[in-house]
Amino acid sequence: MSEQLPPPVQPEATEAPAKPVADPQHSSRTEQVLRDIVGGNAMISVLAVALALLVGAILIAFTDEDVQAASGYFFSRPGDTLQAIWNAASGAYSALFQGSIYNFRRPGFADGIRPLTETLTFATPLIAAGLGVAVSFRTGLFNIGGRGQMLVAAGAAGYVAFALPMPFPLHLIVAVIAGVAAGALWGGIAGLLKARTGAHEVIVTIMLNYIGLYLISYLLRTQGALQAPGSNNPKSPAMLPSAIFPELFGAKYNLHWGFIFAIAATAWVWYLINRSTLGFQFRAVGENPHAARVAGINVKNVYVYAMLISGGLIGLAGVSQVLGTVTTGFSEGIDAGIGFDAITVALLGRSKPVGVFFAGILFGALKAGGYSMQAAQGVPVDIVLVVQSLIVLFIAAPPLVRAIFRLPIPGTMRRARALNPKAMVTR
Amino acid sequence: MKLELRGITKRFGSLVANDHIDLTVEPGEIHCLLGENGAGKSTLMNVLYGLYQADEGQILLGDEVQHFSGPGDAMAAGIGMVHQHFMLIPVFTVAENVMLGHEDTTFGGRLDLAGAREKVREISSRFGFDVDPDALIDDLPVGVQQRVEIIKALSRDAKVLVFDEPTAVLTPQETDELMAIMRQLKQTGTSIVFITHKLREVREVADRITVIRLGKVVGEASPTETNEELASLMVGRAVDLTVDKGPAHPGKAALVVDHLSVVDSRNQIVVNNVSFTVHEGEILAIAGVQGNGQTELVEAIMGLQHKVRGGIELNGHSIRGSVRKTLDAGVGFIPEDRTEDGLVGEFTISENLMLDRYHKPPFVRMGTLQLGYLDEFAREKITEFDIRAQGIGTHVARLSGGNQQKVVLARELSRDLSLFVAAQPTRGLDVGSVEFVHTRIIQTRDAGIPVIVVSTELDEVVALADRIAVMYRGTIVGIVPGDTPREVLGLMMAGEIPRSAESAA
Amino acid sequence: MSVATPTQTATTTGLERAAVRNWKPPIGLGVFAVIALLLFTVGSRSGVTMFRLSTTSDLIQLPEVAADVAVVTIIVTIVLFGIAALSAWRAYRAAPTPLWLTSVFAALFLVAFLSWAAAGATIPVPGLLVGAVGLSAPLIFGALGGVISERVGVVNVAIEGQLLAGAFASAVVASITQSLVAGLIAAVVAGVLVSFVLATFSIRYVVDQVIVGVVLNVLVIGLTSFLFSKVLSPNSAVLNSPPRFQRLPIPLLGEIPIIGPVLFRQTIIIYIMYVAIAVVWFALFKTKWGLRLRAVGEHPQAADTVGINVNRTRFWNVSLAGAIAGLGGAYFTLGSVGAFNKEMTAGAGFIALAAVIFGRWDPIRATLAALLFGFASNLQSVLSIVGSPVPSQFMLMLPYLVTIFAVAGLVGHVRAPAASGKAYVKS
Repeated sequence: MSEQLPPPVQPEATEAPAKPVADPQHSSRTEQVLRDIVGGNAMISVLAVALALLVGAILIAFTDEDVQAASGYFFSRPGDTLQAIWNAASGAYSALFQGSIYNFRRPGFADGIRPLTETLTFATPLIAAGLGVAVSFRTGLFNIGGRGQMLVAAGAAGYVAFALPMPFPLHLIVAVIAGVAAGALWGGIAGLLKARTGAHEVIVTIMLNYIGLYLISYLLRTQGALQAPGSNNPKSPAMLPSAIFPELFGAKYNLHWGFIFAIAATAWVWYLINRSTLGFQFRAVGENPHAARVAGINVKNVYVYAMLISGGLIGLAGVSQVLGTVTTGFSEGIDAGIGFDAITVALLGRSKPVGVFFAGILFGALKAGGYSMQAAQGVPVDIVLVVQSLIVLFIAAPPLVRAIFRLPIPGTMRRARALNPKAMVTR
Repeated sequence: MKLELRGITKRFGSLVANDHIDLTVEPGEIHCLLGENGAGKSTLMNVLYGLYQADEGQILLGDEVQHFSGPGDAMAAGIGMVHQHFMLIPVFTVAENVMLGHEDTTFGGRLDLAGAREKVREISSRFGFDVDPDALIDDLPVGVQQRVEIIKALSRDAKVLVFDEPTAVLTPQETDELMAIMRQLKQTGTSIVFITHKLREVREVADRITVIRLGKVVGEASPTETNEELASLMVGRAVDLTVDKGPAHPGKAALVVDHLSVVDSRNQIVVNNVSFTVHEGEILAIAGVQGNGQTELVEAIMGLQHKVRGGIELNGHSIRGSVRKTLDAGVGFIPEDRTEDGLVGEFTISENLMLDRYHKPPFVRMGTLQLGYLDEFAREKITEFDIRAQGIGTHVARLSGGNQQKVVLARELSRDLSLFVAAQPTRGLDVGSVEFVHTRIIQTRDAGIPVIVVSTELDEVVALADRIAVMYRGTIVGIVPGDTPREVLGLMMAGEIPRSAESAA
Repeated sequence: MSVATPTQTATTTGLERAAVRNWKPPIGLGVFAVIALLLFTVGSRSGVTMFRLSTTSDLIQLPEVAADVAVVTIIVTIVLFGIAALSAWRAYRAAPTPLWLTSVFAALFLVAFLSWAAAGATIPVPGLLVGAVGLSAPLIFGALGGVISERVGVVNVAIEGQLLAGAFASAVVASITQSLVAGLIAAVVAGVLVSFVLATFSIRYVVDQVIVGVVLNVLVIGLTSFLFSKVLSPNSAVLNSPPRFQRLPIPLLGEIPIIGPVLFRQTIIIYIMYVAIAVVWFALFKTKWGLRLRAVGEHPQAADTVGINVNRTRFWNVSLAGAIAGLGGAYFTLGSVGAFNKEMTAGAGFIALAAVIFGRWDPIRATLAALLFGFASNLQSVLSIVGSPVPSQFMLMLPYLVTIFAVAGLVGHVRAPAASGKAYVKS
């Protein structure tokens, strides 16, 4: 006699709204967008940027000489201090704006708009590398190896570009491919080690950063490798003109074809993630590797492919540096911290291709503006790192931003998955 | 000590998990808390244990009102708990686990391990346990681990002891021993709360029974009532305890497993030289206490285990190799942990419906997902399998357990199958969903497909099986007909080979 | 009365075990034996290497040891192959390769490599080791912080930031106050502040711990670089001229040959380090604090059910970890360099992280790993002075390569605390 409870028919009553609506797919997508705006994801991003800029302003103000001087007699004339604070902060941010978007002091639109093209030039490698990090995030991997991948990519592309003469478009194409392949290889090592031995990619990519750095550093000091012939400096020779990205809007602007590559990469990554079977496997593995394995997805191969693609995209950032931005020869600092910036770009863009694109432009603007801020106002460009990391910290913790701005808590609090993929919820 | 819960209410958002629950447990009484999965038993006990704070109501111990802000307070007040999933630290020794949270120290802040060992030995001898205080938890079998949990609670002088579904991992013999331990504790005046959904155990050991359903107390019952009476109280309507199932019409042998062995990551032989055959149109149930190799056996068939030796042939072809190969050979699979292995929670229903069909038409052409086709397919399946959700774009993590299982069923049963493997297909489901899943499994059999059902619930095995293979410590003890008496099955689950074992092999 | 009797089923432990051969150790050893063979035959060098064992100020003078390069390398290579073969034979019989055998292998390899690399020159052994201890000190402090943090369940990628913050704060405060003690306290406070952010974001806001760590590093680099350029540089006499620790030889112990000069003629901060290592080890494995800490890192839910407040335990221990790492930062400014500099930690935090993993989350082993890494990097500078044929970049790569080998499981099984990296959320 069976002792458990099985039973005649009765539909279960646990799920509340039971009726499928007329066009569920469509309406759920619209709802999603609405929920994102009202529920605050977009709002949080805007507020996070504002908050980070505010903290930056405070830092700028309190380290400003005029403010310090005025604060010496604060109690007799507090207005002076406040005026000095305003001058320091507004001066810096106005320089930031004029250095990144439009320079009003220049005559004519063609000159005035130059900062925007600078922004896009800075954004180019950030977008490419940010996409690379985003692909790894979506697969549940954490590629911190941007620095190493950019360096080896720069080395490979640079070598092809200065040492193997070829006719124009071919040379450029071969150099780009060499760089992307080198970056892919460097990322792929981490993927392969994770797949074959279970080595954690965070550790391996960090270690590969340094191995790549010392490798390139060695090659840059070795005649016949990357070092400029007859030179003692750890620096490569200039790239041959046939391998350099052409300028996009003529010699007046630095913006080069690398930006077109960045746009193309964004579109391609969008297709890869959202529409391709490979991307479907990436996402499945990223969200739940166990279920992916049971569904027949070869999780190990996915790790390798994802790291190859991630490394390749970051490699494109390295390529853009040597073939587009610094074409006169590179040294071991060619990565310019972009490998780490890319992580913040991917986080700000929530690992979505289009989001990454705009996050890259925002951080590109901060960089472009940061240098002119340093030149015009004497504010060290390092402030950009501070603002950038604060933006990411604030975005990662919506409750904090809500608490600061006293925003209402949305009905369903959804955490950004990319930011805390491994949260273990008990019971 | 007398325990009294008065009007306990606990809400999670709009869900009322406990609705004004009253419960009294007298000293030296074994009080059973009976209810379906999801009825609110565990929530109630977590409130009692201080893990949750009640929104309303009071907890009284020996007529004094208690305020627990955490498990520490509850333990200090004399409440102990033997958790369903053992709360032991695998890399610690027994003594370290027992002392954790109330450590005695000697000079220099040094841990008094000797004292802890002594305590373990003392309690062990009192109950006739054989537990080595210096053994690592990781190395102990589950039965012993449960005893460590009991020692842990008793080492803090628990006066009220809660057992949360303690028999799920035990053999029938171990279950009997546990019952004896409960009675022994009762003799010493300990109050015991015994949470379960297994009617037989309730009737055997309980002094009083409280039944809860949908977060409310629906009545008290005495252990002398029949199974049907208890079940209908628990479910809320008359319950038919059998599954509607016609006779099987087995066809030719389809799956042949030949001398299969599996070695796990710790190099233990978890499946040891197992052979059996499944015919078309029959259900072979694999019974046994959890952890006797069933999981690994199924994983080996699915290609999910690495260190495998032996043959697995489906319709004359070997399906050993990769998971992909196995699935492409037409094997449908319900994994035992659906949220972990069967679904991607953050994917939509549609995406989950194509989870194992990402590599070929009609879902994918030229490496590109065919979203139009997928939407159409998903809408059809939502209707066909009665999946209750807002739409095909709903993330499966937001579905109830029953609806999640229906998504898995829909995905697996809409392929052309040559074998269907269902592991613990109704674990944690409510009665309505259990019924749905059982019906579908029998329909699949009746369509002439060979079916393997793995279950640790003897009731499910008896309800579905045409033949039963019982596993014990990695081997198949015997394969017997579906109508084998459960006493015989119980003995087999403890490793004894009955005389008639070969009869259905 | 005793009703329950133990039965067969409940007491028999485990299942039968299959004999499994692990070929990783012999393969690893074999690879290194082949490397030795290639290095010493293809790159064959002749001459005599002198090992100087005493410093001029030693009470007991040991004679110099002469090693004929050819003889030493040949003998050692043969022995290395012998050990690899022994390991292979053991693997064939499903027996593990004992640690002492691997240690002997490593020591022999090192001696042969040193004689080979310095052929014809003299190696000052005490100098080599003193330098190694110095370079290891910040790594050891960082690694101890890492061990505590990860043992309690919070991955600490922010060691770099903690070191840098400690270095900055100690330089500024010690400069202003001219007090070393105040400098040390400031370093501790700075490390704790970084930890507060790490703990708050990862525990309270459940942000992925690795992400917080990475972003925190960027934040601290940005902040310290900004303040350095804007405030410290213009006023370096007041703000960036801290006093330095003087050597404080311990009587008697300091006169032991080799060990004395290396371990007991050090600065106070090194002595603090010895104490820290011992205390952390004892506390972690022998006290109530350590038992609870490890329980929280292994199985937070179980710890919760016995009345341990998981998140509070994590918060304060992560803070403690920051305090210890902060001390390591002080070593840079007050111990070795004598002033703060932009990004002066230069990746030491990541090597410390590597030491944590290579040391398998054990304070003693992590210390040894940090010493190994410090030794490798000092060996690099000593060899570049005596003129070694190995490019310094490859020596610098060594710690990172070794770590990759470690996490890839080629140096034995590496097991992290089970709940490390996972937030604990009660619902």
